[in-house]
Amino acid sequence: MLRTPWRLVPRTQPSARMRFLAPLMAVAMTAVFGCIVFYSLGLSPLKAMQVFMIEPLSTVNGVSELLLKASPICLIALGLAVGYRANVWNIGAEGQMYLGGIFATGLAIHFHDGGGHWLLPLMVVAGACGGALWAAIPAVLRTKCHANEILVSLMLTYVADLLVKYLVYGPWQDPASNNFPLTVAFSDNAIFPLFASFGGDWLEGTRVNVSLFITLAALPLAWFFMQRTFAGYQLTVAGVAPSAARYAGFSSPAAVWMSMLIGGAAAGIAGVMEVAGPIGQLNDRWTPGYGFTAIIVATLGRLHPFGIALASLLMALVYLGGEAVQISLQLPKAISLVFQGLLLMLILGCDVLVNYRIERRPAADAA
Amino acid sequence: MSPSLPLLTLRGIVKRYPGVTASDGVDLDVHAGEIHAVLGENGAGKSTLMKVIYGVTQPDAGHIAFEGESVVIPSPKAARALGIGMVFQHFSLFDSITVVENVAVALPGRVDLKALARRIAEVSERYGLDVNPSRAVHDLSMGERQRVEITRCLLQSPRLLIMDEPTSVLTPQAVDQLFVTLRQLRDEGTAILYISHKLDEILKLCQRATILRDGKVVAETRPDQETEASLAQKMIGRDFPECRKREHGEGAVVLEVAGLSLQSETPFGTALKEVSLRVHAGEILGIAGISGNGQSELLDALSGERTADDRNAIRLNGAAIGALGPLARRGLGLTYVPEDRLHAGAIASMSLTHNALLTAHRRGMVHTGVVNFRAAREYAARCIREFQVKTPGTEALARNLSGGNLQKFILGREIDQEPKVLILAQPTWGVDVAAAAAIRQAVIDLAARGVAVLVISEELSEIFEICDRIAVMAGGRLSGARPVAETNAGEIGLLMSGMFEGAASPAAAAAIT
Amino acid sequence: MTLASLTPLFASAIGAAIPLLLAALGELVAERSGVLNLGVEGMMLLGAVTAFMVVAGGGGLTLALGAACLAGMLAALLFGFVTLTLQANQVAAGLALTILGSGVSAFLGRGYSGNPAKLAFTELPIPGLSRLPLVGPALFSMNALGYLAVLLTIATAWFLYRTKSGLILRSVGESPVVAQSLGLPVISIRYAATLFGGLMAGLAGCYYAIAQFKMWQEGLTSGNGWIALALVVFASWRPGRLVLGALLFGGVTAFGLYLQAVGVQVSVFALSALPYVATVVVLAAISRDQRALRRNAPASLGQSYFGM
Repeated sequence: MLRTPWRLVPRTQPSARMRFLAPLMAVAMTAVFGCIVFYSLGLSPLKAMQVFMIEPLSTVNGVSELLLKASPICLIALGLAVGYRANVWNIGAEGQMYLGGIFATGLAIHFHDGGGHWLLPLMVVAGACGGALWAAIPAVLRTKCHANEILVSLMLTYVADLLVKYLVYGPWQDPASNNFPLTVAFSDNAIFPLFASFGGDWLEGTRVNVSLFITLAALPLAWFFMQRTFAGYQLTVAGVAPSAARYAGFSSPAAVWMSMLIGGAAAGIAGVMEVAGPIGQLNDRWTPGYGFTAIIVATLGRLHPFGIALASLLMALVYLGGEAVQISLQLPKAISLVFQGLLLMLILGCDVLVNYRIERRPAADAA
Repeated sequence: MSPSLPLLTLRGIVKRYPGVTASDGVDLDVHAGEIHAVLGENGAGKSTLMKVIYGVTQPDAGHIAFEGESVVIPSPKAARALGIGMVFQHFSLFDSITVVENVAVALPGRVDLKALARRIAEVSERYGLDVNPSRAVHDLSMGERQRVEITRCLLQSPRLLIMDEPTSVLTPQAVDQLFVTLRQLRDEGTAILYISHKLDEILKLCQRATILRDGKVVAETRPDQETEASLAQKMIGRDFPECRKREHGEGAVVLEVAGLSLQSETPFGTALKEVSLRVHAGEILGIAGISGNGQSELLDALSGERTADDRNAIRLNGAAIGALGPLARRGLGLTYVPEDRLHAGAIASMSLTHNALLTAHRRGMVHTGVVNFRAAREYAARCIREFQVKTPGTEALARNLSGGNLQKFILGREIDQEPKVLILAQPTWGVDVAAAAAIRQAVIDLAARGVAVLVISEELSEIFEICDRIAVMAGGRLSGARPVAETNAGEIGLLMSGMFEGAASPAAAAAIT
Repeated sequence: MTLASLTPLFASAIGAAIPLLLAALGELVAERSGVLNLGVEGMMLLGAVTAFMVVAGGGGLTLALGAACLAGMLAALLFGFVTLTLQANQVAAGLALTILGSGVSAFLGRGYSGNPAKLAFTELPIPGLSRLPLVGPALFSMNALGYLAVLLTIATAWFLYRTKSGLILRSVGESPVVAQSLGLPVISIRYAATLFGGLMAGLAGCYYAIAQFKMWQEGLTSGNGWIALALVVFASWRPGRLVLGALLFGGVTAFGLYLQAVGVQVSVFALSALPYVATVVVLAAISRDQRALRRNAPASLGQSYFGM
């Protein structure tokens, strides 16, 4: 094997400093990589980074878009973090989000010509149920048949995607859409009110809406659940010390169920935020990838609500930046996916410094 | 001192790990044709020294010479090339493949399996080691596995053979058999480094002994000029602590197991077959036996980590608890100190406060689902105080405690829940002598207060020291229990190899077919 | 249902089975050494886009094949570095590799989306045998990659069970601790197995791009990398059963196409969902017997190991 002049030495204690610094290092390294990519494409890295990272935030509208994207990502990541703490790997949040959207859309279509102020809250509840229901499938298969929840939840994401397509091409297609795969536009009762609609000229034209409050409420709630409740403690023990959880009698099926249902419900609500928010209907192009981005956000945020909030803002910026470079520099949107994947890989790599330090290999050992 | 040139010489070996100096300037001379003991408490640095000699780790300072030549041993492969073989305490065998394949994996170059199998048979026969090359390792008993390990070493005709705590997995009879083999090797001129903390074995077997304490050599001596007490004195630096046994009358049956059978969860585990036992209030029942004979399955069944098919198979104060999980059983007064204290008994990466919460949460630490961390901290502090746990405080991480201190904390946590029955698995394994004595005393005192105690241990001397009655586990069966005063190590040893009445009974025979 | 109408069904089942077999075979070897690489999908996409670009750039099929394998191996090397050298969690790193592979392949292939491949592997019928009724076109009229898949399956099975290196690889997967104490180079062996997994995933991607679909688009492999992962579980980590599993899944895919062809009125979306649903069902069924599964699974699968 390749012998480098350095080696890893385990630390006696995980480094708290590195736990904090590793994500920052990963972000910095991704930025450097981004500059290299832009440069190799013949663009000025500084200009490109400005378009990517700064410009989106330079207007009120940009900030509004940032919050609009960060909010569902953050909510999903909070739900996933609960499960990841327990080592339950729900990676199908994307599909659970679709189901949330589908359930909410069902209500919105059914009450299209009626409804009232109760409709929106009902849609949120239905969305949560839809997401949780989709997540219940891997949960039941894991607890009853020991089927790997990673593979099952991911497979179901493909199925959920096809389900959306089936609905918008079939039974739920808007008859007035000229055969476009989309549902009717939701009525006002089924749409989250915009902040702009409450007045304030400076908010004119922004799309951020009151669903932001759901995420803002979820943040302290998630913190309290993880840090202060016995259930949160049990999940954490199940994750870091499965034998100890077993010894203490913390039910492993319960941990799986709780993880999957919370993650699914959060993703489902995020789906409602989307269909009853900026989209205002269900269509076949709705594949934002927030469910996968949330996995990165949860990891980058250290499974901690505060970190997740920050990380979701960063990832929303990566999305916006991707759109911005697409428009002004004619670069493909896929570049934001590249940055996302790279960032996750880099955090995982940098995390080695939490438990190990690098030192020079002593001469005697180099043989 | 022997006039001949030593086969292996260590001078000033230093090995530091983060936070601890495991070897601190160790000198050692091993001669051909002698069995040389390396003696010391847990954590004295025996294993580290052996790893240095076998090339598993590199010393930070010091000098090694083999046959008078200065050498560097960068890897086990290099050690084997020099003629150094090692039999590890935890065997280096792969369960899923056969004996001959296990040997082949370790050999360099291409291997003809048929020819190798013949050589294995030859060598094992020559040293009285009964090894069948074509059997899968997972079917072998611990003793058989050790014989495979030794045979594998002998195939390479080592000049120096290192044996790391070889008798912990053997019955007393198998120990005698092993000694015959080792003496034969010695007489043929092989040097043997014998690592052990069992003093009687060293007196019986070894010509020379090097005693380590805290990484330093504290004495070099000839065992034939020593007694157990004098060796112990040198090993721990003071006299051996002894437990005070307390007399008490026999109480009512608290824990009763009747005809418990259970499949193993692990692929190569041992199923429980019709296990029955009773533990009375105020009594300590010991279960002896070599690990892997169904102990972990029995512990799973008793603790509730696995539930029995028949809820009546396990009773606590008359109530059927076979179908209950650990939480419910703990609620009824059954607490348990598991074998793997760092990963099962505690959460290594969490504070002692969080570790108190693990099992003692019923004692006012949770209100309507919300944790009262102050109550948990107070409970942890009480365990630390009452059981003299050496730690900076309740916020120290479990993994930063020494084995003995962590074990005292876990024991304290379970005892302070005021159980009706306490189950302990390998309570003093890997624990220093002082802590081991404190733990044994705490267990004896607990029984004296009327608690029923069940101890499962591989360490026969421990069982004889603290228990009132002894039963033996072998092949998933449990022998009847007999009072300590009416039995001896020889009889228990026979039982450990599976020779007991239950095994030959018609019911048991029917269960096999 | 006539015999003749089943013949193309068999052929398309085999066609769908081959890339699954290739990718799963690579993953099987990696997992046998204890490495769980969930990034198969990402490595496959990279292989696919590489092969397509080489062909589009005027390169030959062999060059495309080699480049695809290399791309898969590079991705696997990154995964290996992060998990084996830097000790990262294998599950998370596998996900990262999939996301990265999807992004990079979409980025690189941005100009080619929807284009047909300039050059593609074509069927090489074996004279005589390919005319056998029913199975002839399926088994004896495959393209070069199909025959290669058969050879590689046999070679892998032989390697795992008949060579000392295979024995060592399996041993490392069972217990890296024991392997290390015997002086076996655990990390190097795991690197090698991981790279082989990348090579095979690249090969599978190449198959999709320039042998089966003969085109490129974003997410071309549509989750087949994940199905390959499930196949390894289905096969209980044995190459022989992998063939069976790949045929089964190929059959499910082909069956959907067949239904459409014979005009059964089923939603196209329901048919597309068949392979995913089948994966879930099979996974649930096969995982029920935990004892049997554990007996075959590499004991150290997915666990990091810090070599000295």
